[in-house]
Amino acid sequence: MWDYVRMAAFAVIALLAAIAANYARDAAYLVNALTVMLVAAGMFVWELRRAGEPRPAPETGYMDGVVRAGVIATAFWGVVGFLVGTFIAFQLAFPSLNFEWAEGYANFGRLRPLHTSAVIFAFGGNALIATSFYIVQRTSATRLWGGNAGWFVFWGFQLVIILAATGYLLGATQSKEYAEPEWYVDWWLTIVWVVYLLVFLGTVMKRKEPHIYVANWFFLAFIVTVAMLHVVNNLSVPVSIFGSKSVQVFAGVQDAMTQWWYGHNAVGFFLTAGFLGMMYYFVPKQAERPVFSYKLSIIHFWALIFLYIWAGPHHLHYTALPDWASTLGMVFSIVLWMPSWGGMINGLMTLSGAWDKLRTDPIIRMMVISIGFYGMSTFEGPMMSIKAVNSLSHYTDWTIGHVHSGALGWNGMITFGALYFLVPKLWNKERLYSLSLVNWHFWLATIGIVLYASSMWVTGIMEGLMWREVDAQGFLVNSFADTVAAKFPMYVVRGLGGVLFLSGAIIMCFNLWKTVTSAPAKASDAAAVPAE
Amino acid sequence: MDTYTITRAFADSWGLLGLFMFFIGVILWVFRPGSTKEYRDTAGIPFRHENAPADDQINAKEVQA
Repeated sequence: MWDYVRMAAFAVIALLAAIAANYARDAAYLVNALTVMLVAAGMFVWELRRAGEPRPAPETGYMDGVVRAGVIATAFWGVVGFLVGTFIAFQLAFPSLNFEWAEGYANFGRLRPLHTSAVIFAFGGNALIATSFYIVQRTSATRLWGGNAGWFVFWGFQLVIILAATGYLLGATQSKEYAEPEWYVDWWLTIVWVVYLLVFLGTVMKRKEPHIYVANWFFLAFIVTVAMLHVVNNLSVPVSIFGSKSVQVFAGVQDAMTQWWYGHNAVGFFLTAGFLGMMYYFVPKQAERPVFSYKLSIIHFWALIFLYIWAGPHHLHYTALPDWASTLGMVFSIVLWMPSWGGMINGLMTLSGAWDKLRTDPIIRMMVISIGFYGMSTFEGPMMSIKAVNSLSHYTDWTIGHVHSGALGWNGMITFGALYFLVPKLWNKERLYSLSLVNWHFWLATIGIVLYASSMWVTGIMEGLMWREVDAQGFLVNSFADTVAAKFPMYVVRGLGGVLFLSGAIIMCFNLWKTVTSAPAKASDAAAVPAE
Repeated sequence: MDTYTITRAFADSWGLLGLFMFFIGVILWVFRPGSTKEYRDTAGIPFRHENAPADDQINAKEVQA
């Protein structure tokens, strides 16, 4: 019965998408409608082929299929995102890479949101979904709640990525940084996200452990807050139901403040709280000892979520935003130093008594350097939020360097560590294919980040100083083009840093692939089970 | 008074006080007597059901061993 209901639903969706494609008012909407039509038609055929077949008995044990899929998606989108990032870095250094024939599709302005969304939401998001599903099952000692809802979250999220990415290239954007996708993608993501919340909460609620492990607190804060941020920041009215364009409900400085309340908490809850959930599970697991202080982890959690939500206004210093609001954002950013470093200390000190592992285990080295970068960028961030510093750093490449030391160093490295931890476990292998390749990855990525961050410091501060330089008569000394010309060598260094980071990630993909295909299988646990 | 003034007045008085008291409460709660023993157990959660859920037989064996 349900087979036929689902088939009918997919058929209707495919038909409606075809109608929408027919009436489409712009290219992005047309391509997105056709994508939805193809996906729905494919799902219809898939349902049709298995209709009436006897269903296998429901599986027991942990639901790891969706985690395996998430690991593959994380590695794939990671490489795509790093590749696009490296390419646009060279576009800035060598403008002729904005090819004439691809003008309007593959120039910097179109590729830049593709890069940011690919690394944050496709790479980071898939890593968060996969690791949260893995961790919540292990720490709740129960199978993922909701049956195939976990698979819906995974595939639904991939569809969000595809729709957003093709939309960007064809010009659909609501011009909100990190929230570029247009209204129908936002609506679809809302549905996927609510199901994600239900799956996660359902698993936590049927847990067999009396307590909710701290990693799950962080994941839950991440899921709930991102839902709230996403809905409020994307309140918009579509111009036409057959077009991608929409108009924001907020306007002016209110819209700007809402955007940066969203934008900064995307950093705070997506890239920090969620990845701290990873840290609180994978670092203890890899170090084979419990977290340094569980009490500190609870205080870390509450302090972080109480403070982060107020820090957004520091993105709008010296704008139309009232002075008190930007001072408030600055003060909260500085107070945020405390919980950030508390968390960093908690992560690092988990290794106390096991520091020798740093010498022998490149995976723990990766996790430790990620926590190091977390500490470094959460020191740099509050410093840059101080108004006097911000007047020099804002709108310069210093900001871009800061973001990348956080994103490549903290989010990237902890995700790589998690992938190296997960793949042998998920594919039931004794060990990774090669630890020396992990070492190669570690050094390539680290040197890449150092090149990136240091070149952006130099070019950012130089640019900030050139912009404000005045001569004895009070005239500006440099034109904007002067600063662009002066930045060229640093842009090349930054691109090279990207190349190193990307090659590290490709080595990781090779290593993980070989682990799955040719590393020795884990000795079966069944040997220990007595014959019945 | 307009909505802005009312919410603003609430936010920097009772709202601020309430949130701050909650946070102080969390810290006091964390250091309550007997919490160290309980948190030691909670911190060990990642090292328990690695391979199978609690109600599976294999895991019951792991716990016994």
